[in-house]
Amino acid sequence: MKNTRADYLLFRVGTGVFALLVITVVVAIGWELGWQSRLSIKAFGWQFWQTGTWDPVAGQFGARPFIWGTLYSSVLALMIATPIALGIAVYISELAPGWLQRPLVFLTELLAAIPSIVYGLWGVFVLVPYVRQLEASTPEWLKSVPLFTGPPLGVGMLSAALVLSIMVIPFTSSIAREVLRAVPQAQREGAYALGATRWEAIRMALFYARTGIVGAVMLGFGRALGETMAVTMVIGNTPQVSTSLYAPQYTMAAVIANEFTEASDELYLHALIEIGLVLFVMTLVINMISRAFIWSLGQQGRRRPSRRAAPAAAEGV
Amino acid sequence: MAAGVRDRWRRFLSHAIVALCLVAVLLALVPLAMVLFYVMSQGITSLNWAFFTHMPAPVGETGGGMANGILGSLMVTSLGAVVAIPVGVMAGIYASEYRGTRLANGVRFAADTLNGVPSIVIGVFAYGIAVLPFKTFSAIAGGVALAIMMLPLVTRTTEELLLLVPSSLREGALALGATRARAVFTVVVPAALPGIMTGILLALARVSGETAPLLFTAFNNRFFNSDPRQPISTLTVQVYTYAISPYKDWHRQAWAGALVLVMMVLTCSLLARVATARMERMQRGS
Repeated sequence: MKNTRADYLLFRVGTGVFALLVITVVVAIGWELGWQSRLSIKAFGWQFWQTGTWDPVAGQFGARPFIWGTLYSSVLALMIATPIALGIAVYISELAPGWLQRPLVFLTELLAAIPSIVYGLWGVFVLVPYVRQLEASTPEWLKSVPLFTGPPLGVGMLSAALVLSIMVIPFTSSIAREVLRAVPQAQREGAYALGATRWEAIRMALFYARTGIVGAVMLGFGRALGETMAVTMVIGNTPQVSTSLYAPQYTMAAVIANEFTEASDELYLHALIEIGLVLFVMTLVINMISRAFIWSLGQQGRRRPSRRAAPAAAEGV
Repeated sequence: MAAGVRDRWRRFLSHAIVALCLVAVLLALVPLAMVLFYVMSQGITSLNWAFFTHMPAPVGETGGGMANGILGSLMVTSLGAVVAIPVGVMAGIYASEYRGTRLANGVRFAADTLNGVPSIVIGVFAYGIAVLPFKTFSAIAGGVALAIMMLPLVTRTTEELLLLVPSSLREGALALGATRARAVFTVVVPAALPGIMTGILLALARVSGETAPLLFTAFNNRFFNSDPRQPISTLTVQVYTYAISPYKDWHRQAWAGALVLVMMVLTCSLLARVATARMERMQRGS
């Protein structure tokens, strides 16, 4: 008997140590990034995020253009990717004939499996020339709109947003698909029974799953914020704050990728790591919120039928 | 009459939205087809035997290959897998065996969090713990970065698949007098093994295409290197270096590298798919 207890304990501790290790890694990432960026945090404080001069030679570091570039490219990518991703999710889960569902799921997963560097390569040599042509053919009257100012370079915000959107689509659509699958069939049948058209039934399913859908979109946002290689290769890597889609800009992930090995002095390195720290915190918060949304849908699905059933039964009596 | 118009409008709207959903699917498939087409067509014309067996040619000379990068990628990925698989599987076992405990919830939360951390940030972390203290870029540092990237996938799939194993199997083992550890390691884990393999393959597929976390951990090396304490060339970093270079011949090689990468990732994904299908069959059978 005693032997069994010892064995039990050994098993629990033996596997528990590894479990603890996984948690330690996450904590260690936060701690390490904070510690390694202390010089920059001390030297610049909040100024770091409010100024836009990035001059390693003079020891001046302001990260505003990078934060702007990251947020702007991610939001643009989301604006392109979200409708497409939701359309795919709706098509696969609600509309596609059974034989088509599996191949379509496979193809969208393939979109996620292609390495970032391959998207980058394709972006540089195929997409950017197309974008340049498109930019060069901007009609005169559009050129005064702040979105379309500047020379047609090809590399820049527009290319980055396009590549990002392609890369975000599979993530958003696969979560949205799962969320839609969690909508009880009775909800759809109810809608059809009331004479709803297909779209009205879908709209009902989307409304039922709304928190999960928001979660799916935010998860895509988290992915877009941290995407590095493909964006680095097409965004033009110029630290400036501009609303123009044609302007070459820079993102937080890209500046780390490009300048990390060149960081000659400690302050420079710490400034780059501080950017990494903020990127870490941003994605952490966004992912937590998005998971909370998706999770709350699961709870709602479990609770709702009973809550609804009770008043309905009472009315019946 | 008004109702008739309204009905026709509703029907039209419904058809229009259905059509738009189909358009969305096509819009996503176009870039996929384009990327695959370019990688295939550009890659195949540049891919030759020398690519796998030769070292990079000096600047200005044509020819050469990425033999060192391919070996380096294999080495760094293996180093990552050697660390991530045991840790991930054991943590997954804990999370499924002691489901509901604080530590188990913590692991699940940590793994999900880790899964969302951008790869470049993991690279910075690996730089901090495996490059700075030793003052040199190294294959080991690259392995550390990739291990951290694989960890959440291995942990979560192990946990989820162990939970799928019918409890009758475990109860049978326990009834025969097996200790918990014995029941888990000789009955439950083997039953879930194809699924765990799937998780490992998916994790491998994910990290074998990673570039960002290797840029300043494994760094790069023009030469062949078998010492894990030295900087090492990897296929992905090599493709990146060549892609942003101004040389035509290097671009050609970058495409060849991209083709090899896509093939590697696809092979891993397909193997994972086969393993999943087997797992599903087994579950239906039982």
